[in-house]
Amino acid sequence: MKRRGFLAVTAAAFVAGCNKIADSDAGSKLLGAAERWHKGAHRLLTNREALAPEYPRSAISPFFRGNGSTDPQNGDYQAQAAENFANWRLEVRGLVENPMKLSLENIRRLPQRKQVTRHDCVEGWSAIGEWTGPQLSLILDVAKLKPEAQFIVFRCADNLNGQDYYESVDLIDAYHPQTIIAHKLNGEPLPIRNGAPLRMRIERQLGYKHAKYLTAIEAVASLDDIGEGQGGYWEDRSGYQWYAGI
Amino acid sequence: MKRHALSTRFWHWLNLVCLVVLFMSGLTISNAHRRLYWGDWGFAPEQAWLIVPRFPDWMTIPGYYSLAVARDWHILMAWPFALLLLFMWIAMLVNRHFKRDLMTSPSEWKPAAIWHDVVQHLKLNFDHEGGKFNFLQKLAYGLVLGVFLPMMIFTGIAISPGMEPTFGWLVDLLGGRQSARSLHFIFAFALFGFFVVHVVLVILAGPIGQIRDMITGGKSDEA
Repeated sequence: MKRRGFLAVTAAAFVAGCNKIADSDAGSKLLGAAERWHKGAHRLLTNREALAPEYPRSAISPFFRGNGSTDPQNGDYQAQAAENFANWRLEVRGLVENPMKLSLENIRRLPQRKQVTRHDCVEGWSAIGEWTGPQLSLILDVAKLKPEAQFIVFRCADNLNGQDYYESVDLIDAYHPQTIIAHKLNGEPLPIRNGAPLRMRIERQLGYKHAKYLTAIEAVASLDDIGEGQGGYWEDRSGYQWYAGI
Repeated sequence: MKRHALSTRFWHWLNLVCLVVLFMSGLTISNAHRRLYWGDWGFAPEQAWLIVPRFPDWMTIPGYYSLAVARDWHILMAWPFALLLLFMWIAMLVNRHFKRDLMTSPSEWKPAAIWHDVVQHLKLNFDHEGGKFNFLQKLAYGLVLGVFLPMMIFTGIAISPGMEPTFGWLVDLLGGRQSARSLHFIFAFALFGFFVVHVVLVILAGPIGQIRDMITGGKSDEA
């Protein structure tokens, strides 16, 4: 018991020291910098168009787990779901020459990409599914980004713990060939659990980047004025890493 | 000549700090999803080969459940850990520490010789004739430096989705992402096991002299 007490006291002192570093100005800057070094290393080692692995259909998991919001109750989401999202609109706005409002029918008529990919949750689990939808690059090309646009923000219909979900990526991930606006999972319209009627696929990053219940795509010059300025719901709320390729 | 080269001492203590932070923050990450799987995917208990116990907060960094903060530490300390290991390998090859002290000869692999070493260890007789390390020490240090530590880095790379487009072959070699995650966990605990045995043997062999020599370098027996 005494030895265990000693261990616990040593651990507590060590953890307190770590927390002191993390809470200090220099410490928190260092922790943020490490994330950027990883992103830099990934970008250096990996071609910007290099693809995440794609699997044969036989590799699809029997069930595709959903995390975060799995059945939004806020706003008119339930009413929209009841009418099968017939009046759902995806707005393309912000720093674009041609703002647009797209219906699901518009989105289904665009050239489609189908990909069987693995979804990795930040918590550690993985599931494989087949996603169908147009590439985001296609929509951005039609909307025509203004030169000052640096990030693409994804606005979502779900409100989780009192805050609207949103996410963002830089233009490298926005224009990545596997970055699609998915409306189908395994050949069927997206289940509500997985983000009906539209969700993002950002295949080289962790699950929380793949915004569900997508209502708008917004081109911005900076993330500072969006939400609390950290670039996403979990980034604002819990301090998750904005670059989720690690 | 010193018993421990400066490069060895420098690496040893900094590596210890890295490993402690990585291990303790890793326990928080484990708590975020306490199941391990084989293959590419897995998310439910029926696919798991192991349900990991929840590690109490006092064992973890940051001392309470925060996956984000634990990942911050893990992501930061991965850098010095990996770069220092590379440094240690280069230093060990250049100053011949590897060839002189760690490399085994075929005669040491004979069962009788191994048995002799095991018996001497169990008798707590740590005086070994010739070379700096006996066979069991060479085996342990060789496994740690050559397999356990590098595998932490390789399995860590394989879990990162941003690395996979380039290192997909590594993920395949390790048997898929969830296998890589399981191996990351297994090698972490292999290192923890080594740590416990290492500390126990240092205590049995006279901790004050051992720790002093790992700081100051000490004097080589042969000198």
